[in-house]
Amino acid sequence: MVVRALKDEGVKYIYGYPGGSLLHVYDALFQQEDVQHVLVRHEQAATHMADAYARATGKAGVALVTSGPGATNAVTGIATAFTDSIPMVVITGQVMSHLIGEDAFQETDMLGISRPVVKHNFSVQRPEDIPAIVRKAFHIAESGRPGPVVIDLPKDMTTPTERYPYEYPKHVKMRSYTPITRGHSGQIKKATDLLLNAKRPVIYTGGGVILGGASDELTELSRLLNFPVTNTLMGLGGFPGTDRQFIGMLGMHGSYEANMAMHHADLILAVGARFDDRVTNACDKFCPTAKIIHIDIDPASISKTVQADIPIVGPAKVVLEEMVQLVKGSKKQPDADALHAWWQQIDEWRQRHGGRFRTDDSELMKPQQVIEMLSKVTNGDAFVTSDVGQHQMFAAQYYKFNKPNRWINSGGLGTMGFGLPAAMGVKMNFPDADVACVTGEGSIQMNIQELSTCKQYDLPVKILCLNNQSLGMVRQWQDMNYESRHSQSYMKSLPDFVKLVESYGHVGMKVDKYADLEGAMREAFALKDRLVFMDIAVDPFEHVYPMQVPRGSMRDMWLSKTERT
Amino acid sequence: MRHIISVLMENEPGALSRVVGLFSQRNYNIESLTVAPTEDATLSRLTVTTIGNDRVVEQITKQLNKLVDVVKVVDLSEGEHVEREVMMIKLKASGQMRAEIKRTCDIFRGQIIDVTPTTYTVQLVGASDKLDAFISALGSASIMEVVRSGVCGIARGEKVLSL
Repeated sequence: MVVRALKDEGVKYIYGYPGGSLLHVYDALFQQEDVQHVLVRHEQAATHMADAYARATGKAGVALVTSGPGATNAVTGIATAFTDSIPMVVITGQVMSHLIGEDAFQETDMLGISRPVVKHNFSVQRPEDIPAIVRKAFHIAESGRPGPVVIDLPKDMTTPTERYPYEYPKHVKMRSYTPITRGHSGQIKKATDLLLNAKRPVIYTGGGVILGGASDELTELSRLLNFPVTNTLMGLGGFPGTDRQFIGMLGMHGSYEANMAMHHADLILAVGARFDDRVTNACDKFCPTAKIIHIDIDPASISKTVQADIPIVGPAKVVLEEMVQLVKGSKKQPDADALHAWWQQIDEWRQRHGGRFRTDDSELMKPQQVIEMLSKVTNGDAFVTSDVGQHQMFAAQYYKFNKPNRWINSGGLGTMGFGLPAAMGVKMNFPDADVACVTGEGSIQMNIQELSTCKQYDLPVKILCLNNQSLGMVRQWQDMNYESRHSQSYMKSLPDFVKLVESYGHVGMKVDKYADLEGAMREAFALKDRLVFMDIAVDPFEHVYPMQVPRGSMRDMWLSKTERT
Repeated sequence: MRHIISVLMENEPGALSRVVGLFSQRNYNIESLTVAPTEDATLSRLTVTTIGNDRVVEQITKQLNKLVDVVKVVDLSEGEHVEREVMMIKLKASGQMRAEIKRTCDIFRGQIIDVTPTTYTVQLVGASDKLDAFISALGSASIMEVVRSGVCGIARGEKVLSL
């Protein structure tokens, strides 16, 4: 019933790891070919693969893990998806119903453990409920503000000798769950009036634009209005990264011009963004002169940390489309003179910093150079996944994402070990696309066992390991806040990554000179059918800048090791 | 400020733990909590009293509304409403104290629902501050045990919380 329901849901791949409580399900998987199972080497990787599939396609990914340790290993992946609102259905095995609560072998209370990090969870109590529960799980995961849904499945719910009537429901109706489908027209009208009167506006957009498939509408509205656009870490690709109107990412490691523009704005149009602490810096000093219009599908995201002047609850795509129509139909035009002056100011800020970094003070390659090269070699067109740390920020700052759903990273939870399985999940579903995993020597070792899965399923992803021989972001904070006491941020005894990947049957490359980088990278991407691991030695002392000064306003930033705003 | 939030939710296993979990997860405070099925056996009514400023309480109601099992949420304190709590209190009652306790009890319209030669058990119904007032009015009487039901409430007039 489980496998049939997944098939009826149109699922092609599921990612998982078998175990005692799921043997009936695995036997059913064995006897059919519609739903293909991908065997990972650790359950966390299964959830990240499913998650990355969802990030790249907008459809819920599916993971299947056994009870007890299988389920708990999946928790990090579930929490990762939850924090970034990624649709996912995770089926966890459970011990037989009559054993629940008796501390049976491989029993764990997965409903309890997962509760704070799921959108919803189900426990199957009657086998005949399985089709309806699976349908509801997908519906809940994908609609409204998306999120992961767990289905806990006791082994006796899947006994193959018992037969039940099967009907896969076409529609779901739940009295307690009715996601909103459009915004309040009056509010949208009011917001549009404000937009047309703005003198120093900024459009600030987040993951909601990507998840809500609203990039086209956002781009159209921004161009109509000629407003500057900044994206959050999760929102990159929502607006073309090479467009003149794009002023970069904002927040803790946002661009100088984006943070300055936000601070001085008189109007902020926030779309599918949640005023996260990594964006706002100190809330009480956040954008003192701005009125705020906030569009979000989740009412709880509005006025949670920063009070919105015009809240609009609704899907980004529909609301932005309505705004586009209103702007087009309006007699009033955006204030061209004011906008001209505003753009002059922004361009001045751009000149002043504009994402520069120093390359002259050492022989060592800069991590930023590696990302710029990646952007060049792949024409800004690749799927880029990342782990967490300095390399993640460099990738976000220096890769120019022109399309949505191409930048795949753990933004909210910050899960190290995400990058490689995520790249695998994307590659499996987009076999012809370039998929690069930007990682560090710390993060990659958190799920390096998946090189084996890559071998089994022939997943020729490209891994760019920015090797600075330390936990760079931790060390940067220790440099800045703890007088360079590098407590536990240095990794001794790193493996020889080239030999390591070769032992898995992949191609390894070591690059330590910038002069060799382009050639090596082109060669790596030319090897279409091989996984290539590039171990790239980068300057171990580099910091990520700009960096906002803690508890300051948006405009309070370190611009380099010595310059402050 | 104290708020009384009423929640109508699916009478399903795990629903209560989602609500309680939400409060601890998001660092909201619970003063009291009562829950029981309604006249429609598929629905439970939960009442929680909490203390927080307007922003916190707005977040609480929004976050509660997001729970898939929750059908409706209302902050009763926003409008006219009636609130009641039941308290049972067991007191040492011998000698002169027996008459004294009985008098206090009458003043507060409490009922003595269990009697032994040395104890009284008093039942009192009312708003929480009335129950607090009763306890302080007992003065020197010695309290052996107190049990309170937690607050439940209902809006005045025509307003109802239902499907």
